Amino acid sequence: MNISKPPLRHEYLNTREIRGSLVILEGVQNAAYDEIVTINGKTGRVIEISGDKVIILVFDGTQAFTLADTRTRFTGQLMKMPLSVEMLGRTFNGAGLPMDSMGALPTNEWREINGTVINPVQRVYPRFPVQTGFSAIDGMATLVRGQKLPIFSADGLPHNELAARLAVNAQTVVFAAMGVSVDTMQFFQEAFDENNARSRAVLFINLASDPPAERLITPRLALTAAEYLAFTHGHDVLVILTDMTAYVEALREISSARGEIPGRKGYPGYLYSELASLYERAGCIKGKGGSVTQIPILTMPGDDITHPIADLTGYSTEGQIVLDRQLHRQHIFPPVAVLPSLSRLMKDGIGEGKTHAVHADTANRLFAAYAKVADARALLSIIGEEDMTEEDQKILQFGERFETELIHHTAGEVRTFAQTIEVGLALLAGL
Amino acid sequence: MATGSIWGINGAVIHVLPEKNTGEFFISERVCIGEKQLAGEVVSLRRGASGEMAVVQVYESTSGLRPNEKVYGTGQPLSICLAPVWVGHIFDGIGRQLDKVQNGSVPGEKKWAVRLLVKEGDYVPEGGIFAEVTETQAITYRAMLPPYISGKIRAVAKNGMYTIDENLIEIEGAGAFPLKQDYPVRTSRPVRERLPLIQPLITGQRVIDSLFPIAKGGVAAMPGGFGTGKTMTQHQLTKWCDADLIVYIGCGERGNEMAQVLEEFAQLTDPRTGASMLARTILIANTSDMPVAAREASIYTGLAVAEGYCSMGYHVAVMADSTSRWAEALREISGRLQEMPAEEGYPAYLASRLAAFYQRAGYFENRNGTRGSITIIGAVSPQGADFSEPVTVNTKRFVRCFWALDRRLAYGRHFPAINWNDSYSDYVSAVLPANVIENRRRILEILTEEGRILEIAKLVGTQDLPQAQQEILHVAKIIRETFLQQNAYNAADAYTPFAKQVEMLDALSSLIAKGGAL
Repeated sequence: MNISKPPLRHEYLNTREIRGSLVILEGVQNAAYDEIVTINGKTGRVIEISGDKVIILVFDGTQAFTLADTRTRFTGQLMKMPLSVEMLGRTFNGAGLPMDSMGALPTNEWREINGTVINPVQRVYPRFPVQTGFSAIDGMATLVRGQKLPIFSADGLPHNELAARLAVNAQTVVFAAMGVSVDTMQFFQEAFDENNARSRAVLFINLASDPPAERLITPRLALTAAEYLAFTHGHDVLVILTDMTAYVEALREISSARGEIPGRKGYPGYLYSELASLYERAGCIKGKGGSVTQIPILTMPGDDITHPIADLTGYSTEGQIVLDRQLHRQHIFPPVAVLPSLSRLMKDGIGEGKTHAVHADTANRLFAAYAKVADARALLSIIGEEDMTEEDQKILQFGERFETELIHHTAGEVRTFAQTIEVGLALLAGL
Repeated sequence: MATGSIWGINGAVIHVLPEKNTGEFFISERVCIGEKQLAGEVVSLRRGASGEMAVVQVYESTSGLRPNEKVYGTGQPLSICLAPVWVGHIFDGIGRQLDKVQNGSVPGEKKWAVRLLVKEGDYVPEGGIFAEVTETQAITYRAMLPPYISGKIRAVAKNGMYTIDENLIEIEGAGAFPLKQDYPVRTSRPVRERLPLIQPLITGQRVIDSLFPIAKGGVAAMPGGFGTGKTMTQHQLTKWCDADLIVYIGCGERGNEMAQVLEEFAQLTDPRTGASMLARTILIANTSDMPVAAREASIYTGLAVAEGYCSMGYHVAVMADSTSRWAEALREISGRLQEMPAEEGYPAYLASRLAAFYQRAGYFENRNGTRGSITIIGAVSPQGADFSEPVTVNTKRFVRCFWALDRRLAYGRHFPAINWNDSYSDYVSAVLPANVIENRRRILEILTEEGRILEIAKLVGTQDLPQAQQEILHVAKIIRETFLQQNAYNAADAYTPFAKQVEMLDALSSLIAKGGAL
């Protein structure tokens, strides 16, 4: 969408304030809200207008800017990015510029990165399962095509390994890294290369050393690319966003620089809307092939699931996969805590012809049995195994086997839906 | 009409400089903004050093808006158009139809088969019903006079096909009236009298109807962390409760959920009328990616529609999912208005807004003599599942029925995950028969006792417990698994008629008596 007024050609010099990523200009006529500006050769966006005063958020840092010689030019455009199927196999930085040596993307297709609101009437309710190969997910919290299912992880847990295994199995992947370290970036690049998945993937990488403001646009670039591949070219696209925690931290940093009134723990009051505006960009659309499935990854600060980042994500996504430190210590991979994990779309995505005729029933029985394990273990530590009822002892054994046989996968082991259900039924038979 | 030009833009809030000699903007006035004719509403007015300023919240994305673009007042407050177009359809937060294109009918042009119910010379009371239209298989739309207008009919149209704008009757000294009626969303509709709440709203959910019942015209809140089944429970109530009409407000929730409701309800049959579930459902959707100001308005839009149908004589249940998202919209707009925050950044008027919202429920005798009710069931999404956060705390002050959803029950796949220790209902004595109240008391006692025994069992195991206590655990387990748990996906279990619940309670009660547990 072009903004109707023609772009203004002249440069503004009357900068009043430069603070963090924010630049405040005075005497500006006719700037548009959300308009993109170039400022000393860098890119920024108009985030507030009061009369002739304009606040600009500069994406790639304000280092070496001076009050006297900061030149701002308004482009008359909202933020857009070039799109083409040629993106597959390419790597871009967090602002959408090529990081590989293949030069600019040859295309005339440019789209606005904020996306448009999807009318719920135009959505198709997602009903087709995605086989990830991991029993804890496929069996107990099935991922459905068009779903947004985050991974709640924490520092030191193998979420990157899990994400990489999920990514290389997908048809088309859009991978957005926000605030990741260089070794994480390399880890993912190698994972894609080893599995010959590079040609099926688009990578957007914002490193921990890149400016925080850039982090705010990285996921939007990735989602715009994913929507293009899904709804224009019919791909079933898996979008992996990691680490949402870094994204939210950047948001807080900028909010506090703007002097906004904070909500919980200093995060801005609009954090929910902000996260939802990303997560809602998943789904299937009537009359268009393809789908966008999202797996956002976040690291819970202090392993706290009630932390605003995890909490507001859980409220806007369709379930969550929670990773558990205890299981990780026992060398269970993936260390999925089955009880707090949930897929809201699972019920309509499983069953005869989709996964397995007895999937729902088996999963429910496994849940009910595994829910008793924690109590049995607590009892075990107090009264010892001999004094426990036979029923409790069976529950203990079940818990052990559930973790080592169903949740755990050996390196490279992939189970089909049918195999997962078989394992589950075998465990239930022991009760 | 008032005219102005944009001075400042900050997210969903814009500042407007009124032009001289064009009339005055007023609070709650619906305005049109800029070249794209965005919808907005005046939220505050002030006179400062730089002259007069109107603050407007915008119901659409403000991207690309520029200072000096024109803002036009409409002279009308933010309103809904009451007409036979609502039931079975989906609307956005300010009442614009979302499935319009699909149905191919523009309400303004469509002709409806109208039956006139009055004749020349009749006297019509305030808000009186003068004509009707079959809106869906389940709902008949009744055209009414505005709440404060009454009089003798001077002229009346014949039965036939009319658009919603064509006048049907003329009242002496008050003008002519069509099928439709505009009504401001922020003003509650006047009624003749509030009646006591003595009728239960039967939901078919055993834990609700028998243990924590709600009355028709009552208010209930349902707080729970994510994954505890708020939305699932709301969907169950929407499907099975015995209201005539449901207004389901998806306020800041997921788009896929609305898509699901649309698909699922079109296929389900209402056991009471034999019609499609959609034929008694109105959906208001402000999904979480839609503009935040429209989320604030969506609650009022839903209530105004509900009040409209209530005054036609229907029992309406309003499901608001979720009131926390609405409160967050208040917070976000308040922040943009630079208001002084109270707790956790929420504005100080959070409590009064919540109170005003829940106050719009009730069992009414309408001004036209019909009776109807509005039951409000609000989902609350407490941050961090912490029931001491401001929205839950303030909600608790105004609701009389509290269904606390429990994460521990949800993890054990006990659904509906309504915790029997933390939940309560003030309607028990008003709506339940005496024998049910007695059975209810026994069952709750057993469950409380079970909780106490399990605390001990955690330390010593169940094996060493005395026989009587083991008995209680056994009975409590039966109560939990056969009565409290209910499988929404099992056609036979999803809904239990109240008569059957009474029988089940009797059976459980005699089981308790046989065990000699209490």
